[in-house]
Amino acid sequence: MPRDAAILAGPAEAAAPRRRPNYARRYAWFVVPAAVVVVAVILFPWLFTLYVSAHDWHLGGARRWVGLENYQKLFSDARFGWAVARTLLYTALAVVLPMLLGLAAALCFHRRFPLRGLARTVFILPMMATPVAVALVWTMMFHPQLGVLNWLLSQVGLPPSLWVYSADTVIPTLVLVEVWHWTPLVMLLILGGLASLPTDPYEAARIDGATAWQAFRHITLPLLLPFIVVALIIRTIDALKAFDTIYVITQGGPGQASETINIFLYLQAFAFYNVGYASAVVVVFFAIIMLLAALLLWTRQRVKVT
Amino acid sequence: MTGAAPARVAKHRPPLARRLRRLAADAGFGLAVLALVSPAVLVFLWMLSLSLKTELDNTAWPPVFVPDPPTLDNYREVFARNDFLLYAWNSVVVSFSATGFALLVGVPAGYGIAKMRAIRAAALILIARITPGLSYLIPLFLLFQWLELTGTLVPIVISHLVITVPIVVWVMISFFEGLPGELEEAALVDGATLWQAFRHVALPLARPGITVATILAFIFSWNNFVFAMVLAGRETRTLPVAVNNMLTFEQIAWGPLSAAALLVTLPVLLLTLVAQKQIVAGLTAGGVKGA
Repeated sequence: MPRDAAILAGPAEAAAPRRRPNYARRYAWFVVPAAVVVVAVILFPWLFTLYVSAHDWHLGGARRWVGLENYQKLFSDARFGWAVARTLLYTALAVVLPMLLGLAAALCFHRRFPLRGLARTVFILPMMATPVAVALVWTMMFHPQLGVLNWLLSQVGLPPSLWVYSADTVIPTLVLVEVWHWTPLVMLLILGGLASLPTDPYEAARIDGATAWQAFRHITLPLLLPFIVVALIIRTIDALKAFDTIYVITQGGPGQASETINIFLYLQAFAFYNVGYASAVVVVFFAIIMLLAALLLWTRQRVKVT
Repeated sequence: MTGAAPARVAKHRPPLARRLRRLAADAGFGLAVLALVSPAVLVFLWMLSLSLKTELDNTAWPPVFVPDPPTLDNYREVFARNDFLLYAWNSVVVSFSATGFALLVGVPAGYGIAKMRAIRAAALILIARITPGLSYLIPLFLLFQWLELTGTLVPIVISHLVITVPIVVWVMISFFEGLPGELEEAALVDGATLWQAFRHVALPLARPGITVATILAFIFSWNNFVFAMVLAGRETRTLPVAVNNMLTFEQIAWGPLSAAALLVTLPVLLLTLVAQKQIVAGLTAGGVKGA
């Protein structure tokens, strides 16, 4: 089981017997240097963000304590509301499609076939590639007049699309890039699950005359469920956080048609230098991510019980 | 599945209809695999193609697919200007420092957490994995301004620790948990200190885990865009930032842009091809990914 799964599953593993309790405390020294780094670059920013979010704070300008005013403003900011809605739409699409494709791909790569190792390596290349480099190539492919994608559409008799240059198609188009980019990670997580499945139930099912579909539906899928849920949670978090490709390809445009929470946050902080307001966005954004992750975990616990 | 078939076929041949059906199933499966890998192959090939063609061919309609004749002019142009080599050097310095420092603090930490079975410390690392990278930038930006460190590579290296330290700790926890503890215990019984047992017994055994952690931390640091975009000045840009700036200023110079993009991602792609096994092992063990 992946480590994420172990932790997400809760404190069950903590109950494992301690091998050398008398040494446990002294091992803490090994963690001290890393703890210092984590406090400096992860914990300090968090606390400082809370502090800044209670100020009307402009970079290079005056700052003033305003309490929760930034949050009040945020909840009545229509632009932020649209950003949340867009992020949820983007996330829904960028979770469901990679999950389905990733599951299908994992089932394919679980079978033995010639050149499987090479095919798998090629398949995971997109997720290792530098996002900016890849986003630039997609930008060129999306060009409405000269892009290769519209030429491909014309070859199969479809009308050209405006891709990222139209408010109607920009989100699905960006999701297309996200699917291309991150389906491999879902595939790997599920493939790891498939490799750990026991073989006995399949033999029993074959003796009982089960079809391949029945074996998949009633053996593979239930046993694979914990891995699917872990992949689902990781994918949801990553989709919510998506920034690089969206920023490089559209910078939130056309207009504000692809302005997700992350892009909104970036613009507030580093285009308008409104760091107090942006810090409030950070806090709310994090709450949204935690809420969705918790929701998925809760679903998982329920699934386990039934 | 296909491999087991011939032995049985030799004994009694199944009827033609069944063999045909099996052949069709294999062909269908082959097509499915082809459909899975072709998007990856095609995008990278198109990138290569754009980088080897003249501007005339790159903007031709219908598109020219195979460069004829291929030209290296785009690559020459990339190296000739834009301080490409300076930015490449920046990227190398940042990724190596951030990875090296993360190994220095992260490997012992992974060991300590694994030995203490400190599930809560591990959960804290998970929070770091969940938080969007941009969240760290406002406080770090203000801090570096206040410390007057902007304009050097130091802020960028420090910000990259947000990515590399959790990856290293994460991978090392699961690796050390998988190691049997008997050898270190024997060393402790023989009078070694905890540090000696770690340094001379556990660490040499952990080499494969360290390799995995190094590769993943390096790749995600190299690929990172947002930290350097905010924190870097003119002289301290990393490659992803520099390449993105080429798009902003030269909308339609596709050849040099593709050449630069390919050069940025080439080291990572080559590393993936060489170390595919380690990367897969590391990613399935932790589901790690940069902030």
